Amino acid sequence: MKFVTAIIKPFKLDEVREALSAIGVQGITVTEVKGFGRQKGHTELYRGAEYVVDFLPKVKIEAAVKDEQLDQVIEAIEKAASTGKIGDGKIFVFDVEQVIRIRTGETGTDAL
Amino acid sequence: MKRLFALLALVGAVAFSAPTWAEEKAAAAEPVAAVAAAAPAAAEAAAPAAAPALVANKGDNAWVMVCAALVILMSIPGLALFYGGLVRTKNMLSVLMQVFVTFSLISVLWVIYGYSAAFTEGNEFFGVLDKLFLKGVTIESVGATFTKGVVISELAFVIFQGAFAAITCGLIVGAFAERAKFSAVLVFMVIWFTLSYIPMAHMVWYWAGPDAYIDAAAGEAAGKTAGFLFQKGALDFAGGTVVHINAAIAGLVGAYMVGKRTGLGNVAMAPHSLTFTMIGASLLWFGWFGFNAGSALEASGGAALAMVNTWVATACAALSWMFAEWILKGKPSMLGAASGAVAGLVAITPAAGFVGVMGGIIIGLIAGVVCLWGVNGLKKMLGADDSLDVFGVHGIGGITGAILTGVFVDPALGGTGVYDYVANAVAPFDMTAQVISQLWGVGTVVVWSGVVSLVAYKLVDIVIGLRVPEEEEREGLDLTSHGETAYHH
Repeated sequence: MKFVTAIIKPFKLDEVREALSAIGVQGITVTEVKGFGRQKGHTELYRGAEYVVDFLPKVKIEAAVKDEQLDQVIEAIEKAASTGKIGDGKIFVFDVEQVIRIRTGETGTDAL
Repeated sequence: MKRLFALLALVGAVAFSAPTWAEEKAAAAEPVAAVAAAAPAAAEAAAPAAAPALVANKGDNAWVMVCAALVILMSIPGLALFYGGLVRTKNMLSVLMQVFVTFSLISVLWVIYGYSAAFTEGNEFFGVLDKLFLKGVTIESVGATFTKGVVISELAFVIFQGAFAAITCGLIVGAFAERAKFSAVLVFMVIWFTLSYIPMAHMVWYWAGPDAYIDAAAGEAAGKTAGFLFQKGALDFAGGTVVHINAAIAGLVGAYMVGKRTGLGNVAMAPHSLTFTMIGASLLWFGWFGFNAGSALEASGGAALAMVNTWVATACAALSWMFAEWILKGKPSMLGAASGAVAGLVAITPAAGFVGVMGGIIIGLIAGVVCLWGVNGLKKMLGADDSLDVFGVHGIGGITGAILTGVFVDPALGGTGVYDYVANAVAPFDMTAQVISQLWGVGTVVVWSGVVSLVAYKLVDIVIGLRVPEEEEREGLDLTSHGETAYHH
């Protein structure tokens, strides 16, 4: 099993969720986050005061998937989240040791 | 806490001794005034008492009472939200509290001694304490308007003027927001209200009312009982000097005395909710119709003129600030438009019922641009951390408006001119003399409020300290001063 974390542009969330549902991903966790990468921040001006905002708002998506699903999932996120412009985000993949569904006690891929 | 009570006692002593001093002086002056009034005018004039008692005009009464409520809406929630949106999340409640409680505090002081000390005949600077606790002010009592023989209920005048006193003190909060100690704010407000607001209101607004101006001699005698700046001929329709310059100077002195916010220049101090700021600015604008048009004290054509000016000059200032910012900084901002509107409201305040609508447009256009400079170039020159630009907007806007009132009141420029209650006609107009009168107003308030503020801040600093400890400032005043947070998320 793999754990996929993707940082994407906030307005791409719906497209990514639809793309993941379409290939059978059963659930994802979404968090609003801030961060910086190669994309520059922006400047905000309030009356006389100027502030450089380094941390931009992004959305973090997390999903645990079966090994054989991984390539499909990555492709779906890549396609749905891409605008071709700087700041589209990144996808990280980790190995997962165990998954347990709390209600039934199922483990492993059955719990996904 | 002990020190706080000690200071309160001290303030009480100062508060009650100052007007007492005024009373003594007034008592000395009184016989002269009485003789002067009685001698030439004895035949018919001397006596409002002898004349049939005037009854309050119900229409005017209704208007002034509604306007009083509108002015209260300006403070809470208008000003509170305008300021609140401009601070960081962690200080939202502290600003709301400072405005809300200042409003409550000054309201109470107003009926206890403020009204009496400001709006009774005393010397040129203070009234007397004859109406302490509103003694003698009943439902039968009436107060003058600007028309002979037309009066309103004195109680309506009491609350209308009280609302002005409260918002003036509330305005100061913006200058030392995000670091002032709550108890220090309250004590400062008591001292400053007593020694700066009350005398300025008396100096500018106190007069015997139009009915005293029966003939030249009676007019002259009545004129001598008026406030210092009223006698100088300074025009201030709704409080440009008394309210805005007065509060702005107190704010600027406060910004210097309290010191800069910790981390200024290094830490982001961007406004946390310009949505609230826009709502606040809009409520200020709405309430300001009461502030300016209500200052006519009658539901008259003059009130309608003030209302139209308050509407149009404000719109002009919002536009001129926005366009200037767009040209100079690249983008038209919501904060710029809202700030411009407030600058326009401030600038049109002394002029509202005196200038024509075209005069109002020009005052508005100028105010928006000048105040934009006030919060940028001038602010950098002054070097004070006036957090929410009380001086840049209210001080600069107020001074601009006060001076331009002297220009655009000119009947040749569409103004109303200055009414002569003895001749019962508009007096011949001399622009230079009028502008000099306006400068007297500006100069007096700058010096008076500056000195009172300096002493008041120093006193409070010595006894309880002006600002919170640095760790509390970093954590935010909501939690450390008030034990609560504005938002749970």
